[in-house]
Amino acid sequence: MENKIVAKNLNLWYGEKQALKNIDLDIKEKSITAFIGPSGCGKSTFLKTLNRMNDYVDNIRIEGDVILDGENIYADGVDTTILRKKVGMVFQQPNPFPMTIYDNVAYGPRIHGIKDRKTLDKIVEESLKDAALYDEVKDRLHTNALGLSGGQQQRLCIARCLAVEPEVILLDEPTSALDPISTLKIEELLMELKAKYTIAIVTHNMQQASRIADYTAFFLIGEMIEYGKTDDLFSRPQDERTENYITGRFG
Amino acid sequence: MLRSSFLNDLNQLKVDLNKMCYLVIKQLENGIDAFKNDDKELAKTVILKDKEVNDMERKIEAACLNLILRQQPIARDLRDISTALKIVTDLERIGDQIADICETIIRLNAKHAFKMVEDIPEMAEIATKMVRDAIQSFNDNDIILAKEVKLRDDRVDELFNNVKLELVEITKNAPDQIDACIEFTIIAKYLERIGDHAVNICEWTEFQETGEMDHTRLI
Ligand SMILES: Nc1ncnc2c1ncn2[C@@H]1O[C@H](COP(=O)(O)OP(=O)(O)OP(=O)(O)O)[C@@H](O)[C@H]1O
Ligand SMILES: [Mg+2]
Repeated sequence: MENKIVAKNLNLWYGEKQALKNIDLDIKEKSITAFIGPSGCGKSTFLKTLNRMNDYVDNIRIEGDVILDGENIYADGVDTTILRKKVGMVFQQPNPFPMTIYDNVAYGPRIHGIKDRKTLDKIVEESLKDAALYDEVKDRLHTNALGLSGGQQQRLCIARCLAVEPEVILLDEPTSALDPISTLKIEELLMELKAKYTIAIVTHNMQQASRIADYTAFFLIGEMIEYGKTDDLFSRPQDERTENYITGRFG
Repeated sequence: MLRSSFLNDLNQLKVDLNKMCYLVIKQLENGIDAFKNDDKELAKTVILKDKEVNDMERKIEAACLNLILRQQPIARDLRDISTALKIVTDLERIGDQIADICETIIRLNAKHAFKMVEDIPEMAEIATKMVRDAIQSFNDNDIILAKEVKLRDDRVDELFNNVKLELVEITKNAPDQIDACIEFTIIAKYLERIGDHAVNICEWTEFQETGEMDHTRLI
């Protein structure tokens, strides 16, 4: 499997506080990579470095490289709009825009200059289908997205992310606010999407990581402690700190 | 330390498993003593006590399944629990086989039966020691001992074949002994199976430590 993203000796500081320490990690193409670790260990921070969502944080300092398809995304002159089209992100709390379902999904493509109604219709339909939401909303595409359930809203956010045809999808605890059925739907969806996309997901749910991820990385206080195939990490972790964390003997 | 109730349950499981191990060793030693000394009373005690072994198996199985259901154990915890689940089966089988040997002894009703067939005493001795050491390897997480115990099984198989040949000879020369010879074959077979169960325990001990069995990755 080819590397889609390679983080090399990545360090990040919020002011004086170092939040990421010498992270070296490859994300394999067309697979699911999970990031696990206790609260505050830097998972979200790391995820956000992968599409430069951290850029606008005050007092932030980043050293090291993040290589996407062979190109350093932190190099001078990188267009972050294009970067974020290629590397989309879905957050913990479903955050649909207060507009119709249709407009939510069409939002990205419109920003990227697509105006033709037929083309937009097609993108909206396909994105919603890919996000396994289309059947549930096809009769109310022009109603407000805030009327959807939490699980539907989260799938809408995934559809919105897919609509701009990304290559990588970053998800930060996408199911932590959802019930078990909606959670399973999203998991199934991610398993399907990995045929076409590279997926990185932060999760606090060990079972979720072991159900869906091909690779798992364990973070602890800004460091990446262990990274490997999910089966290996959950059955025979090499580092005692990983074992203590995943079996719940932490602290 | 988090999950203290889980750890308590896991600890209790280990305590029960340990009890079962020593109960089975005791049963085995008593069964062989009963055989050696033509002690029918002791043989009966072993048969009666087998129910306790069976009950412990059920209790431990239930505890394992409950832990899997409620805690979804992973890593070392999962290996500990699945090992427990497998090992109780072997322990229970050893218990059954020694109880069956005791029943055979009672049926056989012969003086000095233990020494009648030349290789049976050695078989009994090796099989008992294999079980004892297999259990020790399990309790001490001692893979080196586990591997060594497995090797002893060849000798048990060899003795079993010798016993069969001896018994064939005896029946040829003394056809009136045929019933006794059949009983002895059964006893020898049970002893050979006890050796196999000791080997299984050793294999699960290796699995518990490595996640592998005979160089094949299980988890
Ligand atoms: N904008 C910020 N300014 C200053 N410090 C921050 C900022 N964002 C995060 N941090 C700090 O950086 C560390 C890592 O935070 P991060 O959000 O990456 O953790 P996390 O692993 O995602 O935790 P959680 O599981 O709770 O979401 C924490 O100590 C956090 O307080
Ligand atoms: Mg986070």
